[in-house]
Amino acid sequence: MTSSVYASTLGLSAALVLLCAVVTLWRRSLGAIVKVLAVQGAALACVALAIGFHEHDVGLEVIAVLVLGAKGVVVPTLITRVVRHDPTSRESQPLVNVPASLVAAGALVFLSFAVTRPVTALEPTTAGRLIPFGMAAMLVGFFALATRRKAVSQIVGLLLVDNGVALVAFLATAGVPVIVELGASLDVLLAVVVLRVLATQMRAHVGSLDLDQLAELHD
Amino acid sequence: MTADTHVAWGASTSVLQVAAIALGGLVLVGLMRRVRARLEGRVGPPILQPLLDVRKLFRKERLRPDQASWIFPFAPVVLIATVAVAAGIAPLITVRPALGTGADLFVLVYLLLSGSTLLALAGMDAGTAFGGMGSSRAVTIGALAEPALLVTILALSMSAHSSNLPEIVRSTLAAPGTVVSPARLFALASLLVVIVAESGRLPVDNPSTHLELTMIHEAMILEYAGPDLALVTVGEAMRMALLLCVFVNLLAPWGIATSMTPLAALVGLVSLGAKVALVGVVMAGAEVFMAKLRLFRLPELLAGAFVLALLGVVSGTVLS
Repeated sequence: MTSSVYASTLGLSAALVLLCAVVTLWRRSLGAIVKVLAVQGAALACVALAIGFHEHDVGLEVIAVLVLGAKGVVVPTLITRVVRHDPTSRESQPLVNVPASLVAAGALVFLSFAVTRPVTALEPTTAGRLIPFGMAAMLVGFFALATRRKAVSQIVGLLLVDNGVALVAFLATAGVPVIVELGASLDVLLAVVVLRVLATQMRAHVGSLDLDQLAELHD
Repeated sequence: MTADTHVAWGASTSVLQVAAIALGGLVLVGLMRRVRARLEGRVGPPILQPLLDVRKLFRKERLRPDQASWIFPFAPVVLIATVAVAAGIAPLITVRPALGTGADLFVLVYLLLSGSTLLALAGMDAGTAFGGMGSSRAVTIGALAEPALLVTILALSMSAHSSNLPEIVRSTLAAPGTVVSPARLFALASLLVVIVAESGRLPVDNPSTHLELTMIHEAMILEYAGPDLALVTVGEAMRMALLLCVFVNLLAPWGIATSMTPLAALVGLVSLGAKVALVGVVMAGAEVFMAKLRLFRLPELLAGAFVLALLGVVSGTVLS
């Protein structure tokens, strides 16, 4: 792989991870949000694969396949099952409306660009300069966690944060050891399973996935 | 090569560009209608139908509202004139049109906007309810699209270090890798949304609707008839064609004439027509699967375009 192809593949994949994070704020249909999450997982796998090829690191290529399987297929499928029980479910009234969320996401992108300057100055490699993208995806994930009211959107927000952290890890260290990456991935997988059980319980007791319903006591 | 050849070449290609945009715009509208009709299972009107419609309108009697002021007949003329100037100076067929150094993206955008602004004024001029409603909606969309457009221009001009359009096209030809950079792709995606909004296509406005409560652009020009309507129709078609031409030349400028020979100009004309026709067919095909957005959801779409442009600027800074 020549260095220009490597640079543009890495740049496009990292930008796609951030774009997917912003698109989850844009779309209202929960089904569409989960699909975007799957695309983000695939883009993350692309980043790992590109770095793995470039550094001739077989371990990282294996991790890329695992990331594709876990974040691109398994986790979205699990969440889709929650959504499928309630196909009309939409993020109809987020705490911050959609245009304002998008502008806030733009501000967060600038913020992450500003705060990661010292980091990128430390490591001015092709991969190192892309760290702001991961940081921005993470901040957008936090924003989604803070302002979205459906349980599924909250799960997606958590996964956005995780994908952002993973992107920063790939870009900054050219891949963490396999065991650490596996630990983190399994952690998230477990969290999704637990949240899925919680969501099912919640629907059984309250009748919807709207978190505001939990603010008051029910019999 | 003397300065005279430059001037003669610039002038002749500019005339060619204006003529191509004027004719091609109407043909493009016909082509998009035809594609849409075919995909919906209808036969559809012939591709040259818009040309025939315009000829019919030019032969009709000139009718203007009694209360209208001078703005009403003035607006279509200004619309056509601004689009024609923009088509003359933009690098469509050749990278060296007349006044190419003045073909700044900002100049181009505000030339096109001044025509739209006057048309919005003319919509209110006759004093009917629908005209005012259409104008207010059109201006709202324009105001929301403008920040996105300005940031898009910033993102586009970063790789060439210039907002001069021929300069950007030339630098893209010299370094084809810039097209697949995230900065350029984000900016072009944002530009596409803005083009859809400005030319009144789905999902922003339905060009074939005649339901008064939902239409935007059709409501604005409701009072126009006869030759005036023909001018507005031609101007709108030209503006959409010009915007799409600029879009494809930023996305894939290959084929554009870089040398000053008639053959190169011919190749430029044919390749431009093919590229724009392809984009038009794809757009018309995509429109079949789309519904018009609610008016109150439009800010979301245009805020999305704004954020895309912003991402373009940021990634341009990060990666340069």
